Amino acid sequence: MARDRNPADLVGADPGPPFEITFDGSAVTALPGQSVAAALWGAGILAWRTTRNGGRPRGAFCGIGQCYDCLATVNGEPNRRACLVPARPGDTVTTQEGHGHAGLAV
Amino acid sequence: MPGSPSEPHEPSEPYEPSEPYESAAPYEPSEPYDLAVIGAGPAGLAGAVTACELGLSVAVLDAAPQTGGQYFRHPAPGLGAARPQALHHDWSEFTALRGRFEASGVTHLPHHHVWTVRPPDGDGIWTVHALTGPDAHGGTPARVRARTILLATGAYERQLPFPGWTLPGVIGAGGAQAMLKSGLVLPGRRIVVAGSGPLLLAVASSLAAAGARVPAVVEASGYLGYARRPYALAAGPHKLLEAAVHGSALLRHRTPLRTRSAVTEAHGTDRVEAVTVSRLDRAWRPVPGTGRRIACDALAVGHGLVPQTELATGLGCATRRTPDGTHALALDALQESSVPGLWAAGETGGTGGWDLARTEGELAGIAVAARLRGLPALTRSRRARALARRRDRLRAFADVMAAAHAPGPGWTAWLPDDTDVCRCEEVTAGSIRGAAGALGARDARTVKLLTRAGMGWCQGRMCGAAVACLAAEGGRGGGRGDGAGGGAEGGTAQGTVPPSAERRPLAVPVPLGALADLPEESGRPGPPTDGPTADG
Ligand SMILES: Cc1cc2nc3c(=O)[nH]c(=O)nc-3n(C[C@H](O)[C@H](O)[C@H](O)COP(=O)(O)OP(=O)(O)OC[C@H]3O[C@@H](n4cnc5c(N)ncnc54)[C@H](O)[C@@H]3O)c2cc1C
Ligand code: FES
Repeated sequence: MARDRNPADLVGADPGPPFEITFDGSAVTALPGQSVAAALWGAGILAWRTTRNGGRPRGAFCGIGQCYDCLATVNGEPNRRACLVPARPGDTVTTQEGHGHAGLAV
Repeated sequence: MPGSPSEPHEPSEPYEPSEPYESAAPYEPSEPYDLAVIGAGPAGLAGAVTACELGLSVAVLDAAPQTGGQYFRHPAPGLGAARPQALHHDWSEFTALRGRFEASGVTHLPHHHVWTVRPPDGDGIWTVHALTGPDAHGGTPARVRARTILLATGAYERQLPFPGWTLPGVIGAGGAQAMLKSGLVLPGRRIVVAGSGPLLLAVASSLAAAGARVPAVVEASGYLGYARRPYALAAGPHKLLEAAVHGSALLRHRTPLRTRSAVTEAHGTDRVEAVTVSRLDRAWRPVPGTGRRIACDALAVGHGLVPQTELATGLGCATRRTPDGTHALALDALQESSVPGLWAAGETGGTGGWDLARTEGELAGIAVAARLRGLPALTRSRRARALARRRDRLRAFADVMAAAHAPGPGWTAWLPDDTDVCRCEEVTAGSIRGAAGALGARDARTVKLLTRAGMGWCQGRMCGAAVACLAAEGGRGGGRGDGAGGGAEGGTAQGTVPPSAERRPLAVPVPLGALADLPEESGRPGPPTDGPTADG
C-alpha cells in the first residue's frame, strides 16, 4: 500500500490537462503550475547542466532560486533557473554546457 | 508549565489572531508608499496586513509568484490541490492571514526580485530596486519608493560540503521540501535525510507522507542540548508538539533517527546511489571505522538556516552573532534595525520558525504605523506588549535550538582536499586550504579573491559557511575523514562555524544595463568593487 502513495494523492491534486515539453529532444510530460525543474524531476531527470571546468552533471540543489545550479537552456535561452521558470506547453529544454554569465554582474 | 512562578516562563498562551485593526485613514495605494515590505512569507504578510489596517499605504515585493514564503509554499493553482494542508501544519492560520492580506488593499508585487535598497537621499524616501519575472531573466527593472522598509526576506539553507555532495540527487533538505510543496515531485524513491536541525524531521515526514521511503534521518547533533534548558523549552510547547507529531510520523513510516552521525560521503557517478553514514564525536569529527553504507537514490541535506540579510548589511545595518554561528540583523525591542526607518522581521533577525516570524511581523507593522502616524501609544498597547512577550519567548526557544544544532568545529575532518567546496566555480577544499595556509587568507573575502570560491552565481550562499571555517583553520586539517588529523581546534570559537561575510553588493545577479540606470549617489554600495562582475 505504501508504494502507491504519491505527492499528488497526498494533497488531492486534480491538475489541469498535462502537456508536453522536450528535454534534449525527448518528450517529458509536465503539469500546469509546475516549474521546468519539477517537470524534469517528475520524469526522473535530475541533471540538465554540465559544469564549465569538470563537465560534471548538475540539476536543482536549493530548490528556491538561490544556488543557480539548476541553470538550463529554455527555448534557446541559457541561464534560466529551472526551479523558478514555469513549464509551458511546447518548451524545449536543453542541457546547458559550461556557463556564460551573459552580461550579468553577480 | 503550571506553577512556574516568574513571568518570562509563564506558559505561552496560544496565539490569538488579532482582530483586523480599525483603520483610521482611508486607504489610498500610492507612490511613495508609507511602507515597502520585502518578502511575502509569514513575517512580511503579517507586517503588511497590520500596517495597512492601521492606515498606512503598503506595497509588498516578493520574488515568488504566490504569498506564503518558505513555510507556506504551496502548489500553483494549475495543480488543483484540494488538500494543500496535507503538507502543512497550521494551514488554516495561513489562509486566514492571506484572506486579510487580500482584503486589505496592500499592493502585492509578485515576481519582483529585489536586488538593492537605496537609503533616503534628503527627501526621506527609500527606493527599492527589483527585476521582474519568474526568474528575473530579461525582466524589466522596477522601482518602488517608500517612507519605511520592512525586510522579511527569510533565510537560505546552510551547507557543509562532503565528498559527492555535487552529485545529481543530492539536494538541500529545505529544497526537497520546497520542490515537493510547490511542484508535487520527489527527487527519488529512497531518500536519506541528513544534516542538522529541526527542519530535517519536518522534511523527512513530508517526504515519507508523499510516498518516499526514508531509510534514515541522520542528525549530527544529539537532542540533549534541549534537555539542559527546561525553561526555554517550556516556552515553546507548540514547537515541541510539532516535533512530536513529526516524530510519530517518522515512527509510523519506520524511519530510524540516527543522532551524532553524518553523511560523510555520497557515492555514484552520474547520480547518487548510496551514502556513507559515520558516527561523530562531540566535535563532529567522524569516528574512524564507523562508516556504514546506505543505498538510496537521493539525499536531502542541510545544516540549519542562514538569515538572508545582504539587502540590509549593504546599508550598514548592525548584525549579531547567533548561537549557531550565523549572522542575523541586530534589532531593537520593536524590530527596528540600527539604520532608522528600516525594520526587519522573521528569519532575517535569526531563524526561529514561522510562528515567531508572524509575531515579529505584526509587531513591526505596529511600530512602523506608530512612527509614521505619530502615535507612540500604539507600541504600548496590550496587543503590542503581548506580541513582544511572545516574541521574546519564541526567540529564547529558537536560541536553544540553534545552540543544540550548532556545527562542531571538527566537521572539516570529513572534507578531503579534492572535494569541491564552491559548487559554482568548482574550487576544491585543497585550494582553499592552500590560500588559507601558505597565502595567509583568514576570511572568506580574502579566500574569494585568491581562489574564486564564492565568486560565482550564488555569491557564496552555498559555500560561504565552509569557506569561512577553512579560512579560520588557517590551512590545517584536510585529513581524509579519518577523524584523527582534523586539526580544527584552533580556528573556530566555541565549537561553532565562523560567520561567513554576509556581504553581497547585489542580492541577485543584475544585467549591467540595470546597474547603469542607478542614479549616482554618495555612499551607495554598488556597482561591485571586489571584482565579481563575472564577465568583466
Ligand atoms: C528552503 C527552505 C525550506 C523551508 N521549509 C520549512 C518547513 O518545511 N517547515 C518549517 O517549519 N520551516 C521551513 N523553513 C523555515 C522557514 O524559513 C520559516 O519557518 C518561515 O517560513 C520564515 O518566515 P519568514 O517570513 O521569515 O521568511 P520566508 O517564509 O522565507 O519568506 C521570505 C520571502 O522573501 C522572499 N525574498 C527573499 N529574498 C528576496 C528578494 N531579494 N527579493 C524579493 N523577494 C525575496 C522569498 O521569496 C520569500 O517568499 C524553510 C526554510 C527554507 C530556506
Ligand atoms: S535549484 Fe537552486 S537556483 Fe534553482
